[in-house]
Amino acid sequence: MKDTNKLLSHLHDRALYLLDIKQNPKWSGIGELISRLQTLRKKIFDMSHETLIAELKMLDERLSFLEQRAANSLTSYETVNIVRNPARFTLQDILENVYDSFSELGGDGECNVDPAVVVARAVITRRIKNKVYSHQVMVIGHEKGKSEEFRNGGSAKPWGNAKALHYMKAAETEGIPIHSFIFTPGAFPVEDYPGAAQAIALNLYEMAMLRTPIISFTSEGGSGGAEALGLSDMRLMGSRGYYSVISPEGAAAIEGKLREGEKVPRELIERCAENLRITASDNLKLGTIDRIVEEPPLGAKRDDYAFFRRLRYEMIKATDEVVLRTKSLKAFRAYAMKTQKNGHETGFEDIDVVIDWGLSGPELNRLLDMRSQKYRAMGSDFYIEGKKGIVDGIFKLTEVAAAGFYELRYGLIRPHERNVRKVLAEVSSEGTTFLKKVAEPVRAAYDFIFPQTEKNQRINRTHETSTRSIFIEDWEPYVSPLANEDRTVTCPNAQKYGCLDLWVPDLYGEFAGVCPTCGHHFPLEYRWYLEHLFDRKSVAEFNRHIASGNPLNFTGFEKKLEKDRKKTGRCSSVITFDAKVRNIKIVTAMFYSDFRNGTVGAAEGEKFVRACDKAKMTRRPFLAYIHTTGGIRIHEGTVGVSQMPKCTLAVREYVESGGLYIVVYDNNSYAGPVASFLGAAPYQFAIRSTRLGFAGPRVIRETTGDDVPPDYHSAKNALKRGHIQGIWDRRDFRKKLHNALLTMGGPNLYYK
Amino acid sequence: MDTNLNTILEEIRQNPFEKQVITTPHTGVLTFSVKEGAQVKGPGGKWLQRPGSLLFTVERELNSKKIFSPCAGEVSWLHTELEGSFTEAFEPVLTIQYRLTKEKVIERILKQVLTVFAAPQRARYFLSPDFSAAMEKNACPAIKPGDEIFIMSLMKRDTILPYSGDGGVVQNVFFKSGSIVDEGTPLIGVCPPENLESIQKLIAQVRSEWE
Repeated sequence: MKDTNKLLSHLHDRALYLLDIKQNPKWSGIGELISRLQTLRKKIFDMSHETLIAELKMLDERLSFLEQRAANSLTSYETVNIVRNPARFTLQDILENVYDSFSELGGDGECNVDPAVVVARAVITRRIKNKVYSHQVMVIGHEKGKSEEFRNGGSAKPWGNAKALHYMKAAETEGIPIHSFIFTPGAFPVEDYPGAAQAIALNLYEMAMLRTPIISFTSEGGSGGAEALGLSDMRLMGSRGYYSVISPEGAAAIEGKLREGEKVPRELIERCAENLRITASDNLKLGTIDRIVEEPPLGAKRDDYAFFRRLRYEMIKATDEVVLRTKSLKAFRAYAMKTQKNGHETGFEDIDVVIDWGLSGPELNRLLDMRSQKYRAMGSDFYIEGKKGIVDGIFKLTEVAAAGFYELRYGLIRPHERNVRKVLAEVSSEGTTFLKKVAEPVRAAYDFIFPQTEKNQRINRTHETSTRSIFIEDWEPYVSPLANEDRTVTCPNAQKYGCLDLWVPDLYGEFAGVCPTCGHHFPLEYRWYLEHLFDRKSVAEFNRHIASGNPLNFTGFEKKLEKDRKKTGRCSSVITFDAKVRNIKIVTAMFYSDFRNGTVGAAEGEKFVRACDKAKMTRRPFLAYIHTTGGIRIHEGTVGVSQMPKCTLAVREYVESGGLYIVVYDNNSYAGPVASFLGAAPYQFAIRSTRLGFAGPRVIRETTGDDVPPDYHSAKNALKRGHIQGIWDRRDFRKKLHNALLTMGGPNLYYK
Repeated sequence: MDTNLNTILEEIRQNPFEKQVITTPHTGVLTFSVKEGAQVKGPGGKWLQRPGSLLFTVERELNSKKIFSPCAGEVSWLHTELEGSFTEAFEPVLTIQYRLTKEKVIERILKQVLTVFAAPQRARYFLSPDFSAAMEKNACPAIKPGDEIFIMSLMKRDTILPYSGDGGVVQNVFFKSGSIVDEGTPLIGVCPPENLESIQKLIAQVRSEWE
């Protein structure tokens, strides 16, 4: 009787799990099956053992059939339900079952910096011919918890991500690999210390060149929150996990243009989940992950020990592979890889070779090179590169020639020139001291006899030839088309500061869109900046032909793209160009609002990376001016998300090579880009009246349940929090930028 | 009880409403969005970020400016002739009327009969030892301008603060000695000695009677 009771309860749990996945009691009579099980539970003592066993057997067969059927026709939204089910394994289960021993660092349960992020030093072992070999690793991941409210469902707060970064650096110092486990629906959207976006950006920036192997496993990959731990050398994913740019509900609310509090129709959520391509197999096809770890057909639960054995094997194998790729001994590498492959074919129990996971200096350099190549390749199949044929050939030739020229000029000649200059300067200063003693009495006598007026001091600043005021320009200034309207507008701060109504031609003409009373900045089109920020006719666009596409074949997106193409005459939401600011040559990437609200997809990421590389090649400062960015383009799914690490890597490489990277935010700058390649900049500024942050007020309200003050995302508050380093007035933009280039760039504008 | 004080209370009783006159901010063509007798809402939300009910719009130079209600209440009077016409600046357009609360009534009475001495800045305030001793002897000691009755303590620096205002007796001390008080918060209320008793009675009466 005891066994039948257990069996019945087990069947009941399985049936409820299936119902949770399908969320429809009418599906293949699952509701009916559950009610039969419940009736059976009540009548269990009234039935004979044989009848009960027969009944349970029949129900078990029926349930197994239904499970098989559900697994065969699993939709994307059902995968999301699997991931969100409380029965699914968490990081705690992995620590207990995959690793042999572990000790948690920086927190214990609720007594924690951020209970949503768990860090542990763990030991993972492999058995070869009855001998056990163990490896030390740093395990970092999100903990969803077992219905523990304080875990926040695995949503890391900024200080949780900072904790993760702290221990990543510890792992780097100790030379042990990092195993990161991603179980997050997204980062917790608060703008404190100094904000979710900054924390993620800093993690990405550091991980881009973290000198230790990083292996990640994703079960629930919610956009930016996942990226904070997800930039790795090998990305694994559970076969029933999901990795997405936004939750299907969020995407549905945007697609359906629903108001806050309105119920999102189930069909729309399901359609969006399908369109977003969030499952493991979809992500493998898109190239955003490297390998899938097979789970049971309806997902692994807390007690699937076979799955944990497989996961241990996969984690060891992945770390081995990453380490082996960096080894210089090709023969050994090939042998080890081959053995690993054989191991994979025979089952996942045995690994025949012991590989030391410690890496030497040159191997670490190779590791970083491979990491860079891996992320640079992400999304490269998903943008449209228009130019082909002879023109393309000539273009490429010019590029190669330019690269050769700049390498010769800055890579070979400049360092020698600098060394020679340094030696000369030292010699001349010593010589001067010696000569001074001898020549001073003679010179004094000469000056006394033939007094001279003081010569003008020579201005010697590289690239700077003119010291004229920037307000006097020798061309007809560009006036915004917004000024062509004969009416007045009211400043939004009129009630607070008593601003007078503004006549539109004055406002957008003479006042440059700035309220003369309170300094509120009215939005201006991006062209205004192109015309006023840079020297006349100095803007030379490049990579214009790289166009945004519809990599996921998102229903209806093609039409939207076409509309924006027609409206703007451009193919992507970023313009990359060479320009001059008061004769200082710079490379600029400008995100603008008119094309898909400045969102970032594969084309934008590629253009940004190429601009970054161009700045690196030509040894010029790199400016990212963000007229507006709405985040990662949801229609490109994880291809868009992968642009975050991709661009951050490019930025890091540029800054490491000695480049000066400045970011200036304007209007509205939110989400993914701010949480990666923009937020990673050492120098970030904002134009007044900018709103910037990680998530907008609506998302914050819906996620945290708390309302935020109306000025929560203002530039002033971003400055207070330490996100940005200064606020610039639009009218002084050119002057401030020029000043920043000179003061932060130094005389060479490029450090090395 | 003093007749003057009685009159104040009687006046409030007869007309227990506060009225706020809304005027045009500048010239323009006016369009009403409310009718006489309509109930309107004041600004809402934790930070009063949501504007109140739309009262009317004034259009000038194709700029249609919306005027929202600054308080909750009832539109008691509407200058209906202005609808659709060009209106001068600062022209009374409508009146919003709302019933006075108990606190408002007390505040209004005290405003008329008391001299309030407010904290000049956010700091920790103490009563001076002499004044404390006087308070112990007599619950409502007399003070005159220039009496050193407060010690303002901020960032480990104590400053003696002399009283300024009309002389009289201290009717009430609004803060606890040694507590942190925000700028502008009343510290003490002073009234002429002859009015003291009647004021206290009046406040007690309002507290018990007013709904």
